Amino acid sequence: MSQITASKATEGGSMRSYTTGFIVSIGLTIAAYLLVSQNILTGWGLVYAILGLAVIQLFAQLFFFLHLGRGPNRKWNFVTLILMLIIVFIVVAGSLWIMHNLNYHMSPQQMNLYMRQQDGGI
Amino acid sequence: MEDTAAMRPPSLKEERQEADSKTIFGFWVYIMTDCVLFASLFATYAVLRHNTVGGPGAKELFSLHYALTETLLLLTSSFTCGLAILAARSRDKDKVLFWLGVTFLMGFGFLGLELHEFHNLAVSGNSWRRNGFLSAFYTLVGTHGLHITTGLLWMGTMMIRVAGSGLGRINIRRLTLLSLFWHFLDIVWIFIFTIVYLMGGAGV
Repeated sequence: MSQITASKATEGGSMRSYTTGFIVSIGLTIAAYLLVSQNILTGWGLVYAILGLAVIQLFAQLFFFLHLGRGPNRKWNFVTLILMLIIVFIVVAGSLWIMHNLNYHMSPQQMNLYMRQQDGGI
Repeated sequence: MEDTAAMRPPSLKEERQEADSKTIFGFWVYIMTDCVLFASLFATYAVLRHNTVGGPGAKELFSLHYALTETLLLLTSSFTCGLAILAARSRDKDKVLFWLGVTFLMGFGFLGLELHEFHNLAVSGNSWRRNGFLSAFYTLVGTHGLHITTGLLWMGTMMIRVAGSGLGRINIRRLTLLSLFWHFLDIVWIFIFTIVYLMGGAGV
């Protein structure tokens, strides 16, 4: 009993959770690799598929390797994780959205003209 | 039972547990902020990845096979790092040193592969100066490599510490933090593998 409580703050998973996480991660990695190397999907379908596999692997590793949802700090670990995911979403999706719009509204001719003006006619 | 535990002042052991769990939570918060750093680098890469100014793109430059080897190596090292933690919790010093050593070698191998790739790209004229795509690529993957280097230095010092002073409470806590860091680096690499190498290799 004392052995269990003594290691409570630093407790992790079991052999089983690490092995499961390892096998799941290898499977997901190989699956994503095969989707690309065998040309099974193309275009946006492929992008969504491999990004989906990466996100599944993220949660598999958070659960099996980082033991999210266990340990004494599980509540605050989870809260900071959610906050981080929100900020990451805003940074990544916002940047892509804004830059895509800039590209869309600026034709190559306008861009060349602008760059020539800025560079002093190079 | 619960009531009496709440009434009496905390024992030294409980205070130490409390301190350990605060340290681990603090480190977790650091990792979350590091995720935000990587997110900004990923966003930069995603925006700049087609700006090759006539140079070769990701499809021509990167080898999927090579990236898969790197991925599997780092993934396995993440697993063996977990085995080291299991050994630490059962106070098996030799096993801890063995699995940390295996993790270290795999991490070192990964870093070697990455530097070899950078070197090959740079000598073939594709350094970070060539275009926005390559600048973003070197910054993103290089920052990850820098984290791996830090992790390896930390792992090396932990092996010396464990070999010297055994598996006390403080060393166990440090090993727990190190394992959090190492698993986190593996998770970041999954996204580098997917976004840089797989999406690059597919030409999307």
